Amino acid sequence: MKIHEYQAKAILAKFGVPVPRGEVVAKKDEARAVAERLGTPVVVVKAQIHAGGRGKGGGVKVAQSAEEAAALAEQILGMKLVTAQTGPEGRIVRRVLVEQGLDIKREIYLSLLVDRAVGAPVFMASASGGMEIEEVAKKHPGKILRETIRAEEGFQAYHARKLAFGLGLSADLVHAAVPFMTSLYRAFIETDSSLLEINPCVVTGDGRLVALDAKINFDDNALYRHPEYKDLRDLDEETPLEVEASKYKLNYIKLDGTIACMVNGAGLAMATMDIIKLSGGNPANFLDVGGDASEERVKNAFRILLSDPNVKAVFINVFGGILRCDMLASGIVSAAREFRFNVPVVVRMEGTNVREGQEILRNSGMNLSVADGMKDGAEKAVALAGGAP
Amino acid sequence: MSILVDKKTRAVVQGLTGREGSFHSQQMLDYGTKIVAGVTPGKGGTKHLGLPIFDTVAEAERQTGATAAMAFVPPAFAADAILEAVDAALPLVICIAEGVPVLDMVRVAAALKNSTTRLIGPNCPGIISPGQSKLGIMPGFIHKRGNVGVVSRSGTLTYEAVGQLTKLGIGQSTCVGIGGDPIIGTSFLDVIRMFNDDPDTHAIVMIGEIGGHAEEIAADYIKKNVKKPVVGFIAGQTAPPGRRMGHAGAIISGGQGTAKEKYAALRAAGIHTVQSPAEIGETVARVLGKSRSKTQKAKKRK
Repeated sequence: MKIHEYQAKAILAKFGVPVPRGEVVAKKDEARAVAERLGTPVVVVKAQIHAGGRGKGGGVKVAQSAEEAAALAEQILGMKLVTAQTGPEGRIVRRVLVEQGLDIKREIYLSLLVDRAVGAPVFMASASGGMEIEEVAKKHPGKILRETIRAEEGFQAYHARKLAFGLGLSADLVHAAVPFMTSLYRAFIETDSSLLEINPCVVTGDGRLVALDAKINFDDNALYRHPEYKDLRDLDEETPLEVEASKYKLNYIKLDGTIACMVNGAGLAMATMDIIKLSGGNPANFLDVGGDASEERVKNAFRILLSDPNVKAVFINVFGGILRCDMLASGIVSAAREFRFNVPVVVRMEGTNVREGQEILRNSGMNLSVADGMKDGAEKAVALAGGAP
Repeated sequence: MSILVDKKTRAVVQGLTGREGSFHSQQMLDYGTKIVAGVTPGKGGTKHLGLPIFDTVAEAERQTGATAAMAFVPPAFAADAILEAVDAALPLVICIAEGVPVLDMVRVAAALKNSTTRLIGPNCPGIISPGQSKLGIMPGFIHKRGNVGVVSRSGTLTYEAVGQLTKLGIGQSTCVGIGGDPIIGTSFLDVIRMFNDDPDTHAIVMIGEIGGHAEEIAADYIKKNVKKPVVGFIAGQTAPPGRRMGHAGAIISGGQGTAKEKYAALRAAGIHTVQSPAEIGETVARVLGKSRSKTQKAKKRK
């Protein structure tokens, strides 16, 4: 789960990580009031969306007065911010963070994530703060410092010293970096984050380290341990159909194609998208109904697929294991009775109770194409959707 | 022969008395798997499905001589269940649960390093050595005993591949679902090493997906050490970057872990790559046919 910068900073502050003073607002006049309260000669107005590259896209501006801060807030609020990460459709800015301006001497990059190859958290640091870490990795892979934190040992001061001296920080700053990084690590572990990124972390003129930006992604699988984070979810930042799907525990990702697919299992769902593409079509979505899907869940999945206006054909590809084909068929039939639709549907079923499932579909009177294997199914769906584009 | 599980495997099921545990244990028993006990804290001394129930894994191991644990517990309790099996020094533990917090797995991974236990999963369908033992949730009837080893990060996509093989009359030695999470107990590399050493496995099917570098690491090993034919497929050729495709581990991040990179690594290792998931079975048939005719020719020459 992604959260906004202002939310991430509030969490980090609780763990003792220094962040700039500031407040989030949704109106121009509030921006002026915050700027006045901050009372610093310079304030920064930052668009709050769940995507990076905001500065380049015009979503981060510096104001020399409270009046200017209000004007900039007015300009940014409601704008469609397009960045490298939002895609061409961009995001509407609904909130801005108004913060004190800082005297910045140096910018560095810090992040924490779990290294899947090692099975342990890794603390990464780079002297190229403010740059996308992927870019740094590509151009100067040697400039990224990595410290693997072993579970049985936890984060130690020496980890921080190795990173800080490695970045070329002065002894005074290394001294400050130890508690700073220790707090970051604590925040990462105790919030069950999958990613914690400070880009940039700045060295100020008066020799302090401050998290100028902050990004936290929570591990979705651990959210049950943190019921308080539910309120941090911003549904405006998510695709409406994906929000709807998440209510039914459906793994749905909207894509740009015309062939909707409903599959059980994530691997088979990806493979189904692949074979649609190989057959000359484009998948409209990724959808895993799960191994333990109920008739109700299948019905809702079907409804969600059909509410995408781009969909010209539906391909249902199921290999029944725990999920029984007869149950799936009943779900499809009951969905078809409830929601009228006129897009063609291709069904390919295999595995547990496949005969019973096919019987149910045959007796339903629905206009379905039954496929023999996933290749046949994909080709039929592509043909019914109007052939290769 | 086979790898990991066979007729001699004696399994204890953690969570046997639960709804899922009961259902799948019955399925496994019907398949012929030797389940010797169940573990449900607080129900020790009772019986379920005709099997003795114990309060702890250690107790179950002492009383029954179990050699493997199968954990049917919700994701929130998965780490605890795995660690209990590690503590009881069982050689093998299989965890099906999907949705285990990654930091729980960090602790588990550390404990596994200092143990003699091998973990399969989590977020996996389990293991089956057809005709011998099934420790998993896969439908047994689609499998056929034979000589192709199958290893995969996915559940139903493995069924798809196995279904294709069986339809062509090609049996399997063992099928291992290693799981779709970022941190798993057993990697492609581990399983491929075992298949390579198993005299009854004549060919290997490796089904990978986007995310991470486990396929590349295995490919490197195959290039240097494996003489048996290997057929490889990677799911997610059309997956958009930055989106988690169902499996927590299936994500292209920072331009890394793409299907394109993985296919390139597989090809460089001499693996027979398959672009279409519908052609896994026929590719194995073709490759086996070739290697058979090769050995026949070689024999004739002698």
